[in-house]
Amino acid sequence: MTDVQSARPETERGRRMSGIGRVLVAVYGVLALAALGRSFVQIVAKFDEAPLAYTLSALAATVYVLATVALVRPGRGWYRVAWATIVFEFTGVIVVGTLSVVYPELFPHDAVWSWFGRGYLFIPLVLPVLGMWWLAKHRPAAPASAAPQGASGADAA
Amino acid sequence: MIEWFTWVQLAVAVAAGLVCIVLGLAGRAPNDVTNGALALVEVLLVVQLVVAIAAPAFGNEATGSLLEFYTYLVGALLLPPGAIFWGLLERSRWSTVVLGVAALAVAVMVYRMLQIWTVQQA
Repeated sequence: MTDVQSARPETERGRRMSGIGRVLVAVYGVLALAALGRSFVQIVAKFDEAPLAYTLSALAATVYVLATVALVRPGRGWYRVAWATIVFEFTGVIVVGTLSVVYPELFPHDAVWSWFGRGYLFIPLVLPVLGMWWLAKHRPAAPASAAPQGASGADAA
Repeated sequence: MIEWFTWVQLAVAVAAGLVCIVLGLAGRAPNDVTNGALALVEVLLVVQLVVAIAAPAFGNEATGSLLEFYTYLVGALLLPPGAIFWGLLERSRWSTVVLGVAALAVAVMVYRMLQIWTVQQA
């Protein structure tokens, strides 16, 4: 219905960043903002209390910002950056989440990823999965022809 | 921070969020109603900012970290304009959903701000 505009194939950018993908990017943006804000407060106010956890927070925040940008930007280069950052996030939330459950003493202070992102409604756990699914369905058009059919189907979703 | 005002603000943000998500899923592109709802959320945030700056002069002090409070407030202030702008770039149903997500995120942040001001001990 209202997707008429978005279904019109314009550019590579139009294909990847259209329809429900815009919601994904918006949620990424909000999470990036939240992680950035929290990290800013932690580093300014109490960095000495838990340097490891807070450095990790800052790193995670930076990666979320980068992932948000990479999802929006067109082109194969940014597509790879999007994959790299999202895989990094997923690995981070799994590894840190598991460690924080098994060895809670390692993470006395909450970070974005401790307890699998419990402090953020588990959004950090779910979002990379949705992101990877989105990226897999929206490969940038190959130079020759091998564009996957997923791109057209998802715009109507 | 004025508590009743904050609760009103919270209710408005939640209502705006739900209305936008429902309208979006029903297939509506952003319109005056949805953008107006987000604009209202933004105006209330500006009022909250003024209140927060003025309140300590009237003996209404935050119990928690002001740094954290203002980080949330500034972050929340960025969301409605960002979502409206994002929606103008592509007027589809999903842009309306984005407006709703932004309003709900503001609601969460306002609730957190209330906790920092009234509950959290610095």
